Amino acid sequence: MIAAMRVAGLLGLMLLSGESLADYQLNMVPGVTEFSQGAYEIHTMVMWICVVIGIVVFGAMIYSIINHRKSKGAVAADFHESTTLEIIWTIIPFVILIVMAIPATKVLLAMEDVSGTEMSVKVTGYQWKWHYDYNVGEKAEEISFFSNITTPDSLSIATSGNVVKGDNYLTDVDNRMIIPTDTKVRLLFTSNDVIHAWWLPQFGVKKDAIPGFINESWISVPEPGIYRGKCAELCGTNHGFMPIVVEALSKEDYAAWVDGQKSAAAEVAASASKTWSKADLMAKGEQVYATFCAGCHQANGEGLPNVFPGLKGSAVATGDISKHLDVVFNGVAGTAMQAFGGQLNDVDMAAVVTYERNAWGNDVGDMAQPSDVKAMR
Amino acid sequence: MSAVIEEHHDHHDHKPTGIGRWLFSTNHKDIGTMYLWFSFLMFFIGGTLALVIRAELFEPGLQFVEPEFFNQMTTLHGLIMVFGVIMPAFVGLANWMVPMMIGAPDMALPRMNNWSFWLLPGAFGILIASLIMSIMGMGSAPNFGWTFYAPLSTTYGPASTDYFIFSVHLMGISSIMGSINIIATIMNMRAPGMTYMKMPIFVWTWFITAYLLIAVMPVLAGAVTMMLTDRNFGTSFFNAAGGGDPVMFQHIFWFFGHPEVYIMILPSFGIISEIVPTFARKKIFGYSSMVYATASIAFLSFIVWAHHMFTTGMPVAGELFFMYATMLIAVPTGVKVFNWVSTMWKGSMTFETPMLFAIAFIFLFTIGGFTGLMLCITPADFQYHDTYFVVAHFHYVLVTGAAFGIMAGVYFWLPKWTGNMYDETLGKWHFWTSVISVNVLFFPMHFVGLAGMPRRIPDYSLQFAEFNAMASVGAFAFGFCQLIFLYNVIKTARGKTSVKATGQVWEGAHGLEWTLPSPAPFHSFTTPPQVK
Ligand code: HEC
Ligand code: HEM
Ligand SMILES: [Cu+2]
Ligand SMILES: [Cu+2]
Repeated sequence: MIAAMRVAGLLGLMLLSGESLADYQLNMVPGVTEFSQGAYEIHTMVMWICVVIGIVVFGAMIYSIINHRKSKGAVAADFHESTTLEIIWTIIPFVILIVMAIPATKVLLAMEDVSGTEMSVKVTGYQWKWHYDYNVGEKAEEISFFSNITTPDSLSIATSGNVVKGDNYLTDVDNRMIIPTDTKVRLLFTSNDVIHAWWLPQFGVKKDAIPGFINESWISVPEPGIYRGKCAELCGTNHGFMPIVVEALSKEDYAAWVDGQKSAAAEVAASASKTWSKADLMAKGEQVYATFCAGCHQANGEGLPNVFPGLKGSAVATGDISKHLDVVFNGVAGTAMQAFGGQLNDVDMAAVVTYERNAWGNDVGDMAQPSDVKAMR
Repeated sequence: MSAVIEEHHDHHDHKPTGIGRWLFSTNHKDIGTMYLWFSFLMFFIGGTLALVIRAELFEPGLQFVEPEFFNQMTTLHGLIMVFGVIMPAFVGLANWMVPMMIGAPDMALPRMNNWSFWLLPGAFGILIASLIMSIMGMGSAPNFGWTFYAPLSTTYGPASTDYFIFSVHLMGISSIMGSINIIATIMNMRAPGMTYMKMPIFVWTWFITAYLLIAVMPVLAGAVTMMLTDRNFGTSFFNAAGGGDPVMFQHIFWFFGHPEVYIMILPSFGIISEIVPTFARKKIFGYSSMVYATASIAFLSFIVWAHHMFTTGMPVAGELFFMYATMLIAVPTGVKVFNWVSTMWKGSMTFETPMLFAIAFIFLFTIGGFTGLMLCITPADFQYHDTYFVVAHFHYVLVTGAAFGIMAGVYFWLPKWTGNMYDETLGKWHFWTSVISVNVLFFPMHFVGLAGMPRRIPDYSLQFAEFNAMASVGAFAFGFCQLIFLYNVIKTARGKTSVKATGQVWEGAHGLEWTLPSPAPFHSFTTPPQVK
């Protein structure tokens, strides 16, 4: 209903003023990098060439439709062949194509030139989140993290209504990918499961993340800012819910961020050696569950019938805890249930298992400690 | 069966009756009719799925279907529209028209004709069964898009993927048999004097299409067979963990898939090339260049497949090759459009429904062609790929191209098939409502695509809301307009229209099919006509 009113409003606006359309973007974004601007320019050029050809061809058709009709007494001529014409309208389009091909080739060659990069980030697609790893190539840093959509409630009809739909609806993540400005950053893409595609319109980069392959591309962002994109290749149930957010920081701010990440990592390592209370584990576990598990098993633990099993009352989640840890740590081969051992640290793993055993009325009562998980590694 | 055939020799127009007439039919007209009704039924089923998609996308947020079910909707909608609507409708038209246009009594291989039709209800029965099971909560229907990329469809595919594989095999066998039949008919059964360069363009386009089908359907069969063994017998064709290659899947798929998109447009080119001269009362302009253009499009369609794969990370030389090769297709396609316009030029035109659809085809297909040209520019394609811009592009070529061509053909030939004129007023209503709603439906998709909306998503950010709502309104309007078409066809077929058709039907009609009475006799030309 609201949407219907907005459409009516939009049509009205278009008729009345032709302005105030700023909210609705009609065209490709020029973006902030050399690529995106190159793509935008060539897009604009080809589009206008098409418009001109369209005007000529459609103009001729419309003229003919208006004037060469029987009701106006038109009598059919009987020409039906002209080799000269056929040659002309083969050659002219050919020339136009060459005019398009030259700049397209130039832009493309520049895009594919990954020489001289100053740092690298490895981007891995997971169902349905992104993982960023800075521990590769030039200037490697021991930083890596997952990036999840911040509104897991968007994933199902029952809860979608709870989500406040603001400007960044479906395009906010918990951990942004951070890069320094004015730095040629090489991006390496791969996937842990199915094919995803990392797309950031403002950078003009769209590359598939393919299991068993490493693709590369590069960006150099001149301005600090927050840039948003989406996964562009169908990757299963929640393909629509794996946004990409990149934040470009000035070089100094970037260095500060790197330091911050390192000390945070040290803190996490320290917390893994202490013994956690059940309440703390439950609180932590609920967060971990929401970001890593709810996409499949659902926030209410009931799963999706015949696709993802429910954990509420499930044999594993209410049975022997070592079996439960094993399923989460090693996954179930040949199914969508991945091995989370490599994705979650000891604390998160202990917390999520504890949470599953005691949430939604499972009430098993026991808990896992980070040290239990450490023992499995 | 043999009894029926023997009878034919005595009474020429004796039709078998009852259900057996259809089940055991070897008659090109009855089989053509079945193909066309099958396609029509699938059009409404596939259309209903599209309306589920558009209902969900009417506003942001999830309202009607869960993301998992949404993916099943796009997948089955795409599969049904491509393999269940466009392709069977073309084969139905070929069955009806090719023998009549070349002066033959029937198709060359009538029993195979029967078999190739009756495989289709089986194939789609299986596919739709998986959807029904999904609705009843017994597992998911295919949910990986009509392009079924591995490993989403192999390692991660639902159990129903095996149904899907079997169904695709059946469709493939059906198409291959249909094409062999069409080729055999055209090569062997032309009336004396009808040289290749005198064949109607519709026959030419189908002749070339049939070769495309024979060339690429086995490739599709190979792809699904490899999927089958990957899924069930432990091979790793497409599984990287076992040394296989998921990108290879895409190469194989698109080696089939790109010629497939021409399979879905060439026969419509043929239909338009029959209709425009008829209503312009003027011979087709540049007959031979039309034939050569069709043949060059068919050839080029084999060397452009990887333009669907620019983002998979090809070497730059590959990207350049596929960009240039794809651009080349614009040349023969342009030739076709220029020839149609020249045929209209200085004609004496009238605008009955078939002509209206043909003209809309030329306008709107050309728009789809322009966006196609934009898409082949690799650096820009990085921005367009897998967005609604592509969805807009392929619906302009498939709906206002292929499907409008079919509708034009149905109006054009219906009087010949049934002996009755269709209701022209209803035809005009159908045309104008469709042509307006289809643009309200698909034009805004260009904008949301350029603005950054990916395809195959059940929910979207707010900045896309306006145009999505508009597209959904157009979708429902377009869907319901098709009921006018259905009603008009039924009314004509049942003889409820007031005007009986003459043999000639249209003032400007030329060609052997118009020398037969309307309705055309059960066996088209029992003595071959002489073509000068
Ligand atoms: C991509 C979808 C997906 C995600 C994300 C996922 N799971 Fe699973 N999970 C599955 C599937 C599918 C199964 C069923 C495997 C089988 O067939 O045995 C499963 C099974 C399980 C089981 C066993 C249930 C039973 O009774 O057999 C547990 C426990 C479990 N998952 C825990 C988790 C936890 C904890 C997380 C988050 C860290 C998680 N899952 C994330 C898909 C997922
Ligand atoms: C003859 C007519 C049509 C044909 C041949 C056709 C074909 C297709 C194909 C091949 C797809 C791709 C499916 C996929 O991504 O896996 C598709 C998607 C879609 N079609 Fe159609 N279609 C037709 C009519 C319609 C109509 C009438 C509507 C609207 C009511 C429609 C709306 C859509 C939508 C919304 C999608 C989903 C795009 C996506 O998210 O991937 N189509 N169609
Ligand atoms: Cu995705
Ligand atoms: Cu293609």
